[in-house]
Amino acid sequence: MNKYFSVVTAVVVLTSATFLSSCKKEGVAEGNDIIIGEYASMTGQTATFGQSVHAGAVLAIDEINQGGGIIGKKIVLKSEDDQSKTEDATAAVQKLINRDKVIALLGEVASSRSKAGGPIAQQSKIPMISPASTNEDVTKIGDYIFRICFIDPFQGNALASFAKKSLGAKRAAVLQDTKQDYSIGLANAFRETFRKSGGDVVSEQAYSSGDKDFRSALTSIRATNPDVIFIPGYYNEVSLIVRQARELGITVPLLGGDGWDSDELTKGAEQQFNNTYLSNHFSVEDPDAAVQNFVTKYKAKFQKDPDAMAALGYDAARILTQAITRAGSTDAAKLRDAIAATKDFNGVTGKITLNAQRNAEKPITILKIVNGKYHFAQRIGPNGETQTDFKTGDTPVTAPAK
Amino acid sequence: MRPQLIFALIFAGLIGLSLVTGKIDPYYYTVIIFIGINITMATSLNLINGFTGQFSLGHAGFMGVGAYVSAIASTFLTTHGLGTEVMGGVPVMAIALLVGGLAAALTGLAVGIPSLRLKGDYLAIVTLGFNEIIRVIIQNVDFKIDGISYVGGARGFAVPQLSSFLWVFGIALVAIYFVENLINSTYGRGFLAVRDDEVAAEAMGVHTTRFKVRAFVIGSFFAGIGGGLFAHFIQYITPDNFTFLKSIEIVVMVILGGMGSTYGVILAAILLTIMPEALREFSEYRMIIYSLMLIVLMIARPQGLFGSETFTRFFAKRKAAANKV
Repeated sequence: MNKYFSVVTAVVVLTSATFLSSCKKEGVAEGNDIIIGEYASMTGQTATFGQSVHAGAVLAIDEINQGGGIIGKKIVLKSEDDQSKTEDATAAVQKLINRDKVIALLGEVASSRSKAGGPIAQQSKIPMISPASTNEDVTKIGDYIFRICFIDPFQGNALASFAKKSLGAKRAAVLQDTKQDYSIGLANAFRETFRKSGGDVVSEQAYSSGDKDFRSALTSIRATNPDVIFIPGYYNEVSLIVRQARELGITVPLLGGDGWDSDELTKGAEQQFNNTYLSNHFSVEDPDAAVQNFVTKYKAKFQKDPDAMAALGYDAARILTQAITRAGSTDAAKLRDAIAATKDFNGVTGKITLNAQRNAEKPITILKIVNGKYHFAQRIGPNGETQTDFKTGDTPVTAPAK
Repeated sequence: MRPQLIFALIFAGLIGLSLVTGKIDPYYYTVIIFIGINITMATSLNLINGFTGQFSLGHAGFMGVGAYVSAIASTFLTTHGLGTEVMGGVPVMAIALLVGGLAAALTGLAVGIPSLRLKGDYLAIVTLGFNEIIRVIIQNVDFKIDGISYVGGARGFAVPQLSSFLWVFGIALVAIYFVENLINSTYGRGFLAVRDDEVAAEAMGVHTTRFKVRAFVIGSFFAGIGGGLFAHFIQYITPDNFTFLKSIEIVVMVILGGMGSTYGVILAAILLTIMPEALREFSEYRMIIYSLMLIVLMIARPQGLFGSETFTRFFAKRKAAANKV
């Protein structure tokens, strides 16, 4: 027994020793470098999100370093994986702030993990920019927490004005998922804006996540004869809803939010998905020069098309570095003010201005699904104005606006 | 030395240490707190899996019940007059943890009575199922009192920060002391009898189902308290914190430490909490290395780090060996 006692104690001591020593080494600031921290879900349930955001951020920072860095220094991105777990996010943020002494954080796609890491960043007065947490509460944590994606209600507003103006709809039906805050938020915003702009919401039906049969709801929607149906849900159910709607002979346009975005959505039902639209953060087909430049560089580096998360990661890193340049220092308070002052930043996900609530005011992209492929249809500005329009989804009508 | 004295000394040491926690790097502090919580979780599961020989895969479910119920209690109390400013938040935390622990124990009783008639693999699957049921129920609960949102379904629940070094390690110590004393009491032999040979135990007049349910309820009680400590430390809980993967993490601590060895289980909890942090340097590969280390350790020590050796017996043996020399 004594032998095992010493063996085990040795293992524990050794692990603790590596733990302590490895951290000490990293803690030393590397002279002329600016250290930016990033915590993302590189593994676990939402690994695809974390990996895309990380790839986008890496691309942005490589570009800046190749261009000579900022304020005379090179940028080092310290990335920590949180395994898609909240408690791991807590530890990762603590490590980045206290051991690696990062001056700012890029962090988390999932709102739940932004809410776990955010309070720590706020307490330590380290600015944090979330690339893609859309839940309204995230930036309410404190004045050091920012986001560069739009929040949920904005999507509902934008889709309502798209339905009214571009699709010419007068009668809309809404089919919402009563179990998801996301869906309820989008539906409420859509209803309000659509009515305000003179339209009529003729039918409101509900389902719950996990349902498989939507025919009764769809039949009663069909009876009211709407011009458009808004289905703010996640792709798992939407994929079935659209199939069943088309089987019931509903041919009107169907609309949805970014919850639709998935490779799984249209599988095996490419034809049924024609004449459907969804809102998203970004489109690889956007004719904007900055977007095309980004797509080319991303493809060259990672051999694949960037998705919305990669674009958001890229923009988040660039907004941060631009703010460091404007602040002229890495002092936390100055940097915070510089990020808060971000105005008309020309990002690949659109022109971004951060408002007083530290949320992004930016355009939204509407995509049209044609034979299972997403095509750029329109870009709608923060106040509901049409910025870029591809009426039919193939030819540009106006040049990239403003 | 009498065990009571040892535990009293350790407790005094903890109070001393808690005075300097403000000076520890917050990152180390986070890891240390997670170690303490994991010790409580693993020690309590060890009573069920190690000492009583019932294979439960639902410990995270009870942890979740404790976490949510204690968070509801503390949120309610802090918004109804008993804020954190009253005696440094000690009464709020004490009530919250107790309520959380009792709720988890009740859930343990409800789960235990029907399912503990099953054995081995079957019990494992049933407890796994209950873990998922608890998680899905939490996912669909959401209510408001006086405009403040509670539980929050899948969105998650913001919790006040009340856990401290002394709370976490004080409770870990209580859990260790309780389990150790229980097992070494005349009464506690019943648990070991159930594990060693159920038929023989029954023949000797041990009411096996009753013992199993008791182990389950006590284990769940401490799991609930552990969950309460966890919630009040990370300040933001979602149902995803309490999936069966979390259960498996705790089961690994018990098996690696040695089924039925409190000392081994504590060491395993420390080791398995530090290891993923120490391996952060390897970024994406860290979980691969972590798993490889687990495999190597299990091959080298299939009976666990300390076999079924108990804390007190381990030191008694050392003493005997020392006396011989």
